[in-house]
Formats: sequence, C-alpha cells, structure tokens
Amino acid sequence: MNTYAWLIPILPLVGAAFNGILGKRAGKRAVTVVALGTVLASLLLSIAVFFAMKALPDHRLTLDLGTWMATGSMSVPFGLVVDPLSGIFMLVITGIGFLIHVYSVGYMHEEEGYARFFSYMNLFVFFMLTLVLGSSLPLMFVGWEGVGLCSYLLIGYYYETDFAPDAGLKAFLTNRVGDLGVAIGMMVLFAAFGTLTVGDILVKAGHLGPEAGFGILTFATLMLFVGATGKSAQLPLYLWLPDAMAGPTPVSALIHAATMVTSGIYMICRLAPVFTLAPITMDVVAWVGAATALFAATIGLVQRDIKKVLAYSTVSQLGYMFLGLGASGFAAGFFHVFTHAWFKALLFLGAGSVIHAMHHEQDLFKMGGLRSKMPLTFWTMLAATLAIIGFPGTSGFASKDEILALAYAKSPVLWGIGVIAACCTAFYMLRLFTLAFLGEPRDHHAFEHAHESPRTMTWPLVVLAVGSLLAVFLGWPKAFGGDFRIEAWLAPAITYGQVHLAHGEPGGAEPALLLATISTVLGLGFAWFGYATYRNGLAVAEARAAKFPFLHKLLLNKYYVDEGVELVILGPIRWFGNLLWKLFDVIIIDGLGVNLPGALTRVFGDFTALFQTGRVRNYALSMTLGGAVLLYVFLK
Amino acid sequence: MTWLNSHPLTFLVFAPTLLGLLLLALPQALGKLTRLLGFLGALAIFVLSLAWLLGRAPGAPLAEHAPWFTLVGLPVDYSLAVDGLNFWLVILTTFLVPLTMLGTWNSLKDRMGTFAAMFLLLETGMLGALVAQDLFLFYLFWEGMLIPMYFMIGVWGGDERRYAANKFFLYTLSGSLLWLVALLFLAGKAGSFAPAIMAQAASGLPFGVQCWLFVAFAVAFAIKVPLFPLHTWLPDAHVQAPTAGSVILAGVLLKLGGYGFIRFAIPMFPQAAMHFAKPLALLSVIAIIYGALVAMVQRDMKKLVAYSSVSHMGFVMLGLASFTVIGTQGAMLQMLNHGISTGALFLLVGMIYDRAHTRMIADFGGVATKMPIFTTFFIIVTLSSIGLPLTNGFVGEFQILNGTFLSGFAWGRAYAVIATLGVVLGAVYMLWMVKRVFWGPVNPDEDSGTQHLHSDLNAREIAVMLPLVVLILWMGIHPGTFQAISEAPVATLLKDANAPAIRPLVLPSAPLLGPVEAAAAGHAPASAEVHP
Repeated sequence: MNTYAWLIPILPLVGAAFNGILGKRAGKRAVTVVALGTVLASLLLSIAVFFAMKALPDHRLTLDLGTWMATGSMSVPFGLVVDPLSGIFMLVITGIGFLIHVYSVGYMHEEEGYARFFSYMNLFVFFMLTLVLGSSLPLMFVGWEGVGLCSYLLIGYYYETDFAPDAGLKAFLTNRVGDLGVAIGMMVLFAAFGTLTVGDILVKAGHLGPEAGFGILTFATLMLFVGATGKSAQLPLYLWLPDAMAGPTPVSALIHAATMVTSGIYMICRLAPVFTLAPITMDVVAWVGAATALFAATIGLVQRDIKKVLAYSTVSQLGYMFLGLGASGFAAGFFHVFTHAWFKALLFLGAGSVIHAMHHEQDLFKMGGLRSKMPLTFWTMLAATLAIIGFPGTSGFASKDEILALAYAKSPVLWGIGVIAACCTAFYMLRLFTLAFLGEPRDHHAFEHAHESPRTMTWPLVVLAVGSLLAVFLGWPKAFGGDFRIEAWLAPAITYGQVHLAHGEPGGAEPALLLATISTVLGLGFAWFGYATYRNGLAVAEARAAKFPFLHKLLLNKYYVDEGVELVILGPIRWFGNLLWKLFDVIIIDGLGVNLPGALTRVFGDFTALFQTGRVRNYALSMTLGGAVLLYVFLK
Repeated sequence: MTWLNSHPLTFLVFAPTLLGLLLLALPQALGKLTRLLGFLGALAIFVLSLAWLLGRAPGAPLAEHAPWFTLVGLPVDYSLAVDGLNFWLVILTTFLVPLTMLGTWNSLKDRMGTFAAMFLLLETGMLGALVAQDLFLFYLFWEGMLIPMYFMIGVWGGDERRYAANKFFLYTLSGSLLWLVALLFLAGKAGSFAPAIMAQAASGLPFGVQCWLFVAFAVAFAIKVPLFPLHTWLPDAHVQAPTAGSVILAGVLLKLGGYGFIRFAIPMFPQAAMHFAKPLALLSVIAIIYGALVAMVQRDMKKLVAYSSVSHMGFVMLGLASFTVIGTQGAMLQMLNHGISTGALFLLVGMIYDRAHTRMIADFGGVATKMPIFTTFFIIVTLSSIGLPLTNGFVGEFQILNGTFLSGFAWGRAYAVIATLGVVLGAVYMLWMVKRVFWGPVNPDEDSGTQHLHSDLNAREIAVMLPLVVLILWMGIHPGTFQAISEAPVATLLKDANAPAIRPLVLPSAPLLGPVEAAAAGHAPASAEVHP
C-alpha cells in the first residue's frame, strides 16, 4: 500500500489533465466522473496510507521517487513524507476537497466552463497535496506556487468580466511578494544546513542549542514567515483574500478557507523545531497573528456582501492560528486549521447555497427570512456559526480555547486581543446569520423565488456540519479537563529530530478554567448582541452607525489600505519604471551613449566631406597651401 | 560516407549554407517551394544533429581538427568540437531553426526563398561559433552571423528597420573590434589561436594586461548577452525584426554571449574574470531589476518581451559571475530556458500579430474569448517565463540564486537576495500584460486588435507550440537530462580557474554536544564544492 502513496497526488493531476485537454469534448458527465472519481480514489488511498503510517513505530512513512534537481552540492529528490501532520492535512484536503467537488457539481451545473473549472480544481488538489507531502523545501514550494497558480486561475474563472481578472492578478502578485520571502528563506536554510530536505534540516536543527537562533535562523524564519503572511493572508499581505471572493463560491470554500490559506500555518508546523530556535520570529508570528485577528474582525463587522464577511472572518481566524503558533502551540494552531477547515468550508458552502437560491444576490441587506425556504441550509449554517463563535461543545470552542490559553501564557495582552477579536467574530457571525435567515425578507421578489438547493449541494453541507461539531473529540481542551489528544498525535511530527526534549508544558493550568470561562461568556454575550441588533431588521444598526459616522466609514472602506497601497507603492513603481525607460534607457544610455557618438561621427564626416568638392581648382589650392606649410616647417 | 563519418561537425555547420545557396539559386517564382525545401532541409539537419550528438558513445567527444592557414605567422586551425558546454546549445540551434520556419510560415509575403536562405546562412554562423575551438575561427563565425541577421532585419523588418539594422550591426561590430585587437595581441604572444595555449600565454602576462584583455573579451560578449548598460540595441532590433529574426535572436544569438564567457573569457583569464566578478554581478543584478521595471511599462508586447530578455539574461550572467558549480550550471540551463521560453513568446506574439496587425497591449483585451487555444499556450509559456516550479524557468533561477548566495565572494549573499526581487517583478510584467491582453471583456473598439482575431491557432501553429511546451515541462521536471553533460566540464573549469570555495553559513553548534556529535550533525569544514 505504502508504495502507492505517490498516486495520492498524481491521480488528481491525471484528472486535471484529462478534463483540461479533453473535458470539453467528453461532456459534463465524463468530466464529473473523472473529476470526482480521481479525488475520491485519492481520498480512499489517503485513508489507507494514513492508517499504514499510524501502524509504523515512528509514525513516518517516506517514499523516494527519484531525483528532481542535482548539481554541485544541491540534490533535491522527488520524495513524499506521510506523518501525522501531513497525514491529517492530506485527509482534510482529499476529504473536504471531495465534498466540495460534489457540491460543485450542483453549483456549477449551468456553467459553460464546467470542464475548465473541474480541471483547475483537480489541479489544485494535486498541488496542495504536493505542498503537504513534499519531502523537501523546493518540492513544498512546487505546491506552494502551484496552489497560487490555481487560485489565480479560479479567482479569474469568470475571465470575461472586469473584476475577476483584477482580483486574480492581485492574488498572484501579492503571493509572489510573499514567495520572495520563501525563496530567500530556502536559500538561507540551504546555506546553513547544506540540505533542502525537510527531514535532514530538522535533524540538524535538533542538534543546535538555543543560541543558534539569533542571526541566521531568525532571518531565515522571518523570511519564511513573510511567505506565510502572503499565502495565509496576514498583515500586511492579506489584501488579496477579500478580493479573491470574485471566484465561484466552492473555490472560496476549498482554497480560500479550508486548505490553501492555511499553508502558511502548515509550513511553520512542518519546520517547528527551526522556528522554535528563533524566539524573535515566534514573537513576530504571535503579534502579527493577533493583530490580524483583530484587524480583520473589525472590518467584518460592517461588510454587506455575505462572502466578504466570511473572507474577513477567514483572515481573522488565520490570525488566530498564527497566534497559537507564535505561542509555541503548534498543535493548537494546527488543530484550529483542522476545525476551521470544517466550519469555514461549511459557512462558504452554506453562503453559496444562499447565493444560488437568491439568484446570485450576495448582499446581506437584501436577504432575510430564508429559514423557512431553506431549512437544511439554515440548520447546517447554524452548526457552523456556533462552531466559529466557540459555542461550548463545538469544535471551534475547543481549538479557540486552547489558543487563547497559550496566548495568555505568552502575554496577557495577546490574550486580550484574542478575546476582543473573538467578541467581534461572535457579533458579525450572528449578524450574518440573523440577516440571512431570520427576521422578515427585505427583498420580496428574490425571496419568492428562493428555494432549497439540490441534493448534491445539501448533503456535503450535512457532512460538514457533523464534522464541525464532532471534530471537537480530537482535542477537548485541557482547561476543561480534556487531554487535547491531537497534541500527542502530532508530537512525532512536531518534535521530529529533536534531541532536547520539550521543556515542560507551555501555559499554566491554574487560571485556564477562569480565562476560558471569561472568554466564552463574553463571546456568547456579543453573539446575543449581534442577534439582538439585527433581529428586527436594519434600523437599530443604522441608528448606531449614524452615531459614529467616521468609524463606520473607516471600517466600511477597510481602513483605506487598498487606496494607500496604490498611492504609496504601486503608483511610484510604475512611475519609476517609466522614468527608467523614457529618461534613462532612451535618452541617457541610448541617446547620449549610443546615438550621440553616432551623430558626432556623421557631423564630422559631413564636415570633412566639405573638402571633397570634386573641383580641381579647390584641390590645387589645398595642395599649394599644404605644400607651403610643409616648406615652412622644413625650412624654418 | 566515410567522409561524413569523420566530418560530422563540418557537415552540420555547412549543410545549412549549401542548402541556403541552393535556395538562392532557385528562381524567385518558386517562392513557396523554396520555403518548403528550406524547412525540410533544416528539419533534416536537426534530426541528423540529434542522431549524431545523442548517438555518440558516452564520453567520446565529437571533434575535428586540421591545420588551416597561417595568418601573419600565426597558425589558424580548423578545429571543431562538441562537448558538455555546447552540446545542448547546438541542439537548441538546430531545433529552433526549422521550428521557427514552420512557426512563421505565412508571416512573410515576398522573397520567401531569400529569407529562408538568410536564415540558413545564419544557422551556419551560429553553429560554427558554437563548435569552433580555435579563436580565429570563432571570430570568423561570430562576425559572420551579423551579416544574414543584418539583412533579415534590414530587408524584412518593420517600419524603422534600417535604423534598427544599422544599430544592431554597428553596436555589435564596434564591440568586436576591440576584442579583435585583444585577440591578435594575445595570439601574437602565444603564437597560436588555440584557447589553451593562449590561456597559458595570458597567465604569464602582468595582471593588469590580463585585466585589459578580459575586459576586451567581456565587452564583446556582454553586448551580445546583452548586459546592462550595453543592451539598447536589443529592443530596437527585436521590435523591427520579423518574428523569425526575433525568435532566433533571442533563442540563440544572445546565448552566444553567455557561451563566450564560459568557453573563452573565463577559462582564458580566470584571475581577471574573478577580479571583475563583482562588477559583472552588479551589472547582472541591475539588468535583472532594470529590465523587469522597464518591461513593466512597455506598451508593445514585443518590446516587453525584449526587455524581459534583458532581465532573464541578467540571471544567466549572475550565475556565471557566482563562480560556483550550482550557479554556473543554473546559468547554462537558464540559457536553454530562455531560448525555449522567450523564443516561444516571440512566436506567440508573431502569431497574434499576423492576425491583428498590431502588437500594442491596449489594442487587445478579451483575447481569451476569441482564441482559447492560443491563450492556453500563452499562459503556459508565461508560467515558464516567470519561473513557476515544475517549469524550466524555476530550476534555472533557483540554482542561480542559490549558487550566488553560496558564492565564495563576499557580495554573493546580498546580490542573491536583491536578485530574487526580479522573480517578483517578472510575474508583475508578464501577468499584468496577460491580464490586459487576454482577460476581461472583448475590446469593444471596432478597430481593436481583438476584433480582428477571427481564427484560433491552426494545426501547424499547434504543432509548433507543442514541442516547446513539452520541453518547458521536461526541463522543469527532469533537468538532469540537460544538465548532466555539463556538470563535469563546469566543475573542472571552475577548479582550473581556482574559483573560491563556496561559503556556507555557519550556525553556532550546541554547547551540549561534543565535537564528534557536532560533526555528525553536519558541520564539517567546507571543501571546494562539497557542502557540509
């Protein structure tokens, strides 16, 4: 079984190739069978390989498939590693990926680009699995950039529109800025460890003492974190993610919520021993994560587009994950990746179901009262909403609580920021939920035509809802007497190659229960606040916004960051490029350096040509003059 | 046949000339037939080159050597060879010539036979320069290339073809004249035009003289690359040249600059080369950033691709200046990459120009709606150009950057980090152009280029693009095919040049560990090119 592990990423690639090249001719049925079939096969194989890995004594299954690049001292193999970390993520990708593929069959059934869509989706699954399973940094980078490419193509899926290609371009280029960091980080790690294979790097890092972290490793990990801020939409590179909602909703669920955007967290977990050696980086990770969590949550408070709210929510939740990592809670951060994958995918798919029912209406202010029309969507969305706001007993409750406990151990301020962000989350989620499903319909025409979605769309919702609630059993928080099982599960991967064993449990246990209670109660309070504000329509909220016009406008316009970037960064770069071209290239180098000497030569030639008159008397004159001069010189 | 067996390289180099002369001799009225004949002949030459080069016994070099004539007392040898350094460049050349002919089948309306003949004469010049092992012979081929290229731009070019052709010719010629002086000077000292003997003679000269000689060589080659700030002939030449000229100019001619460095300038004057490594690397880094920034603001697609060449070739020069095996091997691959990807880009721009008769970015928009197949190919080539992993562009850039970072020179790390910016800018100019040309609604202006696109790629054009796409992926997934043969020669070259050992970063090792364990953890001292 293990030797077939390479098929896990390759099968979706085959599906992508088939649908990309032949899909249009083969027809929608064939496209569906191939796209879903390859991902399902990949999922089944993943499950088998996962348990085979768990049966191994060291929980680590490696596969070497030959050489990719080899020159000088650089040798990069095509290799796969399945361990608890990559194994769980592999299951998430193929599992939730499969559900979203099923959902897409219903959601995209009218689309002309059906084959193209599924080709990109399969390609995405291939690249995402490569990112997760790749045994070396460059191979992870293949996945890293590859998912970025698929994200670009899928955001720009409606390529004949104006806004989608813009959003796609923005996503790719912002990510490229982050990838610059990854590329530099890889160079530094290669120069420091002499290898690009992750396992070897970890083993070597395991032999280093804490003083190794300052300087080189701090720089390397900071650079890698720059990459993480790009892919995982953290400050300051988060700008692309809200725009990425231009893509079809299943794309938002799979790529921009459940999997790709968590790559940054995955990378840091993968290299946990190296990051642990760099405490400064860990501080930066924690603070950037906390700041992003709060920043994005406040923007989410006032957005009207249902997908935009969820997008800012994703940015905010990703911030939580980084906060957990920065507080040395690799398992906690990754657990939140896991739970978030379920409930955020569900939220997006639920939103997609609503949008589908409302004939592509995405404005929350035009919804309302959908509960009676779409009961399945309503109940599953309720489960997801409870999970994300951390309602006791849901998966979100468990993972969020663990992160906040760790944040408190690092700094009470981080905890405070986390709690405020959690309160904002509770508010905007209940706002979204209330505006969409409860109260009176605000657009009667759309409401009349609304209907529950077809079964291919609703049953993935049900499965995800069950997952959102049950995922909690993998990590019942310690503050509430649980064992946070996932930590022990992930330990072989997180501490791989370490000779110094972990120094005690991070975070004290004493105030944990009290803190968790405070944050939970506050969250529930704000959830009620959100519900109470919007249950009777928009009047209460509008009245309140009118009291703080400046603040409301600031949030509505997302702190004007996009405008600032255009003014301070993009504009000047274009201006500089034009300056280089028109002034430096054309006038200075080519004009003064090349054409001026050419012109001078011609002028000189024209001047000397004046003497070539072709008249004998002129030549006789110059001969005589010349002779006279010579005579004078010689006879003097 | 025995003559052929003992002179395969002579045949490869001069078969295009014979074919070209034959085409010239045929009456003009047979225009289309001569075109077909030229293509079939070039294809046959490609197949033969593959058979001979790939079919030779491993390790057995393909070489010919004969005394030729004496120039002012200096013996000039007719010496040709194919080895690890020029193996794939030779195949790239014989591959691109027929492919380009096929790709630009209908681009020209008049004097097709003459054009094909010029093209074949150019092929002789390029192949000759690639395989020549005698510097005077190399010089003859090097300058010989200029003449057919001059006519290709000057006769079949765009509106300002005469300006561009003259500029191209004079620019490159003036660079080479200085080089010729240096060449004759050194040959006089050495009593030979054989590179090895000249190198030995050079090593006996005062260091200052070596530096001057290196600079003379380097300027001639740098103009061809072209290295900033000697690049300004390139945009004009590219924009004015017909598509076929642009493809071959980018695909092969520029490579000869980089090849000149690695074949002659560096091994002949290793000390001087390393003395100038820093300025060369600095100019390369400037070229990478500068080329990308200027490409970003271009309005003409062809000019954009031309400036992108400046940026990409900057990577090649940076890799060479790193004086590491990784960087040099990356540079060798990047030369092939650039030949494939930029050649493909020029072909694609030519294909859309043939239909729309414009290349201005603003004249397009929504091309994807009209030409989905063309769009697909363009995207794949774009991904290669911006160095997406699993395409060829990534491998070359990754190795060059890592080689530079590890370089024994103190500036290596900073330059590598700065050059990485070029990777971001590459994505900016290419994808921004893609967005404006291909995505969005169809340009509603009735005179716009998009409105004139009535047909997607035909079978011939697809047949041209497919091999390029296969190569893009092949080189990206299994670069070993193209790099293995140059690994040993490059390592030898750098060893002979006494290149400084690579400089790994040194991490303080744990105090808890003894020296034995620390060594096991991998911190043995670095030897020449062995990473700890």
